[in-house]
Amino acid sequence: MRLMYKRAAPHGSSKVFCAGVLGFVALVMLAGCSESDPEPETPGTRALVSLVTAEQYRNSLSYIFGPGVDLQVEFAPVARTEGLLANSAAIAGIGSSQLQGIQGVAASVASQVLDTKHRNYLVPCRPESIDGPDEACATRFLSRVGRLLFRRALTDDEVAMHVKQAGSAAEQLESFYAGLEIALEGMLISPEGLFVVERAEPDPENPGQLRLDAYSLASRLSYFLWNSAPDDELLAAAESGELQASGGLERAVDRMLASPRLAEGMRAFLDDMFAFDEVKTLTKDSTIYPEFTRVTAEDAREQTLRTSIEHLLANDGDYRDLFTTRSTVMSPALAIIYGVPAEPGWTPHTFPDDSPRSGLLTQVSFLSLHAHPGRSSVTLRGQALRERFLCQTVPEPPPGIDFSVVSNPDANYPTQRQRVRAHLETPSCAGCHRITDPIGLSLERFDGAGGFRLTENGAVIDASGGLDGFEFEGAVGLGKALRENPELPRCLVQRVYSYGTGAPPAMEARPALDYFNAEFAARGYRLRELLRTIALSKAFSRVQNDPGEESNPEYQEESRISVASSR
Amino acid sequence: MSQWNRRRVLKGMLNGVGVSVALPFLDVFLDGNGTALASGAPMPVRFGTWGYGLGGTSGIFVPKKTGAGYDLPEEIASWAPVRDDVNLFTNGSAFPDSSPNRNHFTGWVVSRTGVAPEIDSVPTETIDVTVAKQIGRATRFNSLTATATADARDTYSFMNASTPNTPEWSPLQFYNLLFGADFQDPNAEEFTLDPRIIARRSVLSGVMEQSRSMMKVVGAADRERLDQYFTGLRQLETQFEQRLTKPDPIASCLPPGEAPVNPLMDKSADAVRLRHQMMTELMVMAIACDQTRVFNMTYSAAFSSIIKPGYPKPHHTCTHEEPVDERTGYQQNASWFTRRAMESWVDFVEAFKKIPEGDGTLLDNVLILGTTDVGYARTHAIDGMPVFLAGRAGGKGKSGMHIDLKGGSVSQVGYTALRLLGIDKSSWGTLSNESSEVIHEVVA
Repeated sequence: MRLMYKRAAPHGSSKVFCAGVLGFVALVMLAGCSESDPEPETPGTRALVSLVTAEQYRNSLSYIFGPGVDLQVEFAPVARTEGLLANSAAIAGIGSSQLQGIQGVAASVASQVLDTKHRNYLVPCRPESIDGPDEACATRFLSRVGRLLFRRALTDDEVAMHVKQAGSAAEQLESFYAGLEIALEGMLISPEGLFVVERAEPDPENPGQLRLDAYSLASRLSYFLWNSAPDDELLAAAESGELQASGGLERAVDRMLASPRLAEGMRAFLDDMFAFDEVKTLTKDSTIYPEFTRVTAEDAREQTLRTSIEHLLANDGDYRDLFTTRSTVMSPALAIIYGVPAEPGWTPHTFPDDSPRSGLLTQVSFLSLHAHPGRSSVTLRGQALRERFLCQTVPEPPPGIDFSVVSNPDANYPTQRQRVRAHLETPSCAGCHRITDPIGLSLERFDGAGGFRLTENGAVIDASGGLDGFEFEGAVGLGKALRENPELPRCLVQRVYSYGTGAPPAMEARPALDYFNAEFAARGYRLRELLRTIALSKAFSRVQNDPGEESNPEYQEESRISVASSR
Repeated sequence: MSQWNRRRVLKGMLNGVGVSVALPFLDVFLDGNGTALASGAPMPVRFGTWGYGLGGTSGIFVPKKTGAGYDLPEEIASWAPVRDDVNLFTNGSAFPDSSPNRNHFTGWVVSRTGVAPEIDSVPTETIDVTVAKQIGRATRFNSLTATATADARDTYSFMNASTPNTPEWSPLQFYNLLFGADFQDPNAEEFTLDPRIIARRSVLSGVMEQSRSMMKVVGAADRERLDQYFTGLRQLETQFEQRLTKPDPIASCLPPGEAPVNPLMDKSADAVRLRHQMMTELMVMAIACDQTRVFNMTYSAAFSSIIKPGYPKPHHTCTHEEPVDERTGYQQNASWFTRRAMESWVDFVEAFKKIPEGDGTLLDNVLILGTTDVGYARTHAIDGMPVFLAGRAGGKGKSGMHIDLKGGSVSQVGYTALRLLGIDKSSWGTLSNESSEVIHEVVA
């Protein structure tokens, strides 16, 4: 649920009145951890029931049926929880209208898969007659597709049920393929495909502990690293027991990390972490920024994702350097904003050493997304840096207050620095604005569309700023200060772990996060290494609960009694 | 031949193959009084909501006169064509009680649930969902939700805390959903039955069975989510059922002949108004064609980001930052945004009024609850809040009144709406927002 309150553009530059305290969500590293420490014992995460995202559904179908099938999939947006949309998958439901939409997608996909163009290579057999049922051929097709869609082998009873449905429909419609199409359509809207139900089993190596069963582990790994359901090989490893055998998990994870599908998976993660879902509705006032179009907005998103993937995966670069790198890619629409020569398509681009552009904070995506439609915003940019990259929370202003104290009566102040001064001079505002505005002021040489400027309304812009005790001049200085901020890599670790396990980390995960932080630092802040550390950790595959057990009425009654007696 | 006989004949002719049967077009759709369908069923009463963000400025919004024939201060001057169709409730409150006042949230949530939210999630189903459970099950869609903001996240309708009713945001997609390939024109002379629908309905039974099995292996909270999914399956089943029968003709159903071209999807006020008009036109015709009996329209989000071209701040930021004009005593640009919202409210109400139905208009047979998130835009206060109620609920309601809620909960209006719709509830809402008395001035 995005929802009216959640995505709320945070309060603008001259309006926040919070005497507030910065709420640090990032968990604090414990002293004494070193790179050689073994992973500490933690209780693991909860086994979840998660709704797949539209992108995951699309990626899975694309893997099963290939790129030739047109997939127009759009699911209901979910709310951002503790920095990630992914954290809401385990609480999101499906409304009736959404299911109607999914049914439409299912009908379209099934129709394409079984049409004359695709069925010859997507159906692994030929029916004896195309005018009616063929149990053997339907079994081969539906058991294969069902296994990939439901992320597990189907039981004999399940296969028989789907084959029977295909047969009945084939008889009714006097067509084998039409029958198969109807059965496939049913599979595509099945709860088994739309919800990922994690299941637990006793951990034989740690008596008394629970771990994800092999299929659930395969799914968690696959959605984490590839943003898609497990492929055939991973499912086979789960089926055979190889995945949980000695060295099996390492082999599976290393294969996944070496796959080109990792880039797609990490694009999805970064898109979520950077809150690029907001780009879909990013528009600027065309009378003020006529050069900024929908193409600009989408290209800005793409530029940051390409820059990040190139740096983090292709070049295996230090995560922190993303905020100082001068290497990026350029498109014609963006070249207009950046004021550089335009070349067709996406081309590599390096900003010169004396350029004011360096790192993600100076890219159009960050600058334009965290600004108003007609001007920049020091508060929105400062807030975004803290929330997106440092995992901190800037409180919203208390409601029902009189904003007149910051409604500057003199609208003729030429620069933002002068206009927002009231924030920092008014005690009730300063608590929050001191942690946002000095960051945003250092980016003031970039307007609301991300274009560079030296003056505002004829006055020279002073771009001095500060971040957590560091003072600097301009955006380049800000990037360097952020790079050295110890919360920067810690925030990434928290986000990656949270993304991989499907929920914000609980307090008891703190030792595991400390361990991941230490490992991340020891391995040069390389993303691929961090992914590997987390995917192989016990904190990733160990779970605290067995949903099957919780569904047991006796368990529920025990829980009720336990809660009642603890009151 | 009665409609029921007609259906039986059709079913008898099916026998697993597609049929196309020419039916005589009925030129008499209504009974002699124009108050009921030819089948004898009374005109269905429909319920909808309309939402916008950021309230207004009471000094230029609240009429001085209460009761009928109320005056129209400058912020609602555009209401003149629909004043007598709209009840305006002012000076309402959303009481947070012991819950924190969630900025931009508490106000509209109380207006639509009667419950103050403790956290940033809707505490219970919104009023449209409650109504849809009563009157929404017989139609193709149990409810329709749309937004003029071009943003699929902007909705005021929730099945529960984690399940919003996602709005349609593109006029073209909305058209395709409503009047695309799956639309059965009730006035079509020929009725073609797709035998695949029968097969699909059969497969749906299997999917329902899988859902039941899955419910057995998950905890209580997840079972609730699956149950909701199951409700969606039942709605799909209803849709399939309906496509197996020839619908009754409906005189006022005149579906658009061709798909619209999507307009500009930016946030300028003109673009929002145009999209609102396009979405409204489609929605109203879907209601007239009895595709749904419950509907929701979002004009703007609570944190409205609508732009006034050339003015650098969007609506929400403007309410905070614009100084009060010394000459007029109010924020001029903030008020400009409110006036645009009110013009679209008028567009919405008028769209129902333009559709003849029975011996009146569609507006006679609907009830539309209009809400916002705050009272005074500048301070975001959750007192001094307005609520609107348009239409006459099939003759059960009176319209054209201005009621001063005297600081009482805005939930009184929601409760009154429920009762006008014939939903039997002894009270609605909780704590200070619990309402158990209808506002008698608007009851016919």
